[in-house]
Amino acid sequence: MANSTTEKTKAVEPPKAEAQPLTTMSVMAPAIAWLIPGAGHLIQKRWGRGILLLVSIVAMFLIGLASQGRIYKPNGGDILDILGFVGDIGAGGLYIVTRAMDWGQGAIAHATADYGTKFLIVAGLLNFIAVADAYHIAIGKKP
Amino acid sequence: MTMQLTHFSAAVLFALFASVVFGITQRSDTREMVRYGVYCFAMFVGGVIVAGWVMWILRR
Repeated sequence: MANSTTEKTKAVEPPKAEAQPLTTMSVMAPAIAWLIPGAGHLIQKRWGRGILLLVSIVAMFLIGLASQGRIYKPNGGDILDILGFVGDIGAGGLYIVTRAMDWGQGAIAHATADYGTKFLIVAGLLNFIAVADAYHIAIGKKP
Repeated sequence: MTMQLTHFSAAVLFALFASVVFGITQRSDTREMVRYGVYCFAMFVGGVIVAGWVMWILRR
């Protein structure tokens, strides 16, 4: 009787998700991918994907800068400014270099400069997706 | 260096780069990546054209 109850309880329990082993690559790949777009794929020998991600994200970021887009700084004010900063920070090394060189600080002078700001934010957000993808490759979830 | 894109060229470049990243990250097989990337690009650019015509109709 007790055995059948235990078996029923076991049958109802949902299968537990297997914990992924923490490897050096599973830590390094996302970190490097954030710092240099596409590098997380390149260090895992996904050459084609890595180069395409690098070119796409870097080109998008540079077009944003060239269009006189604005770079957001860390701030605790307007919610849209905070979200803009979260998007920008996704670009990792590109964001750090841009802040260090004091680029992207100009006032928006024409309509397409606002597109530049959006290009900068979206480049960062796309890099977040690339970081997650590099992690999935590192843990063997994706070929 | 500064550059001033037209509205359409900005939309096409945005679609191109976003589609490449979506294609690579959202599919596992190479063939599927290309197909999904092309699909995303068509949806982005198609959406821009449709939205443009809708705004033109609303303005009249």
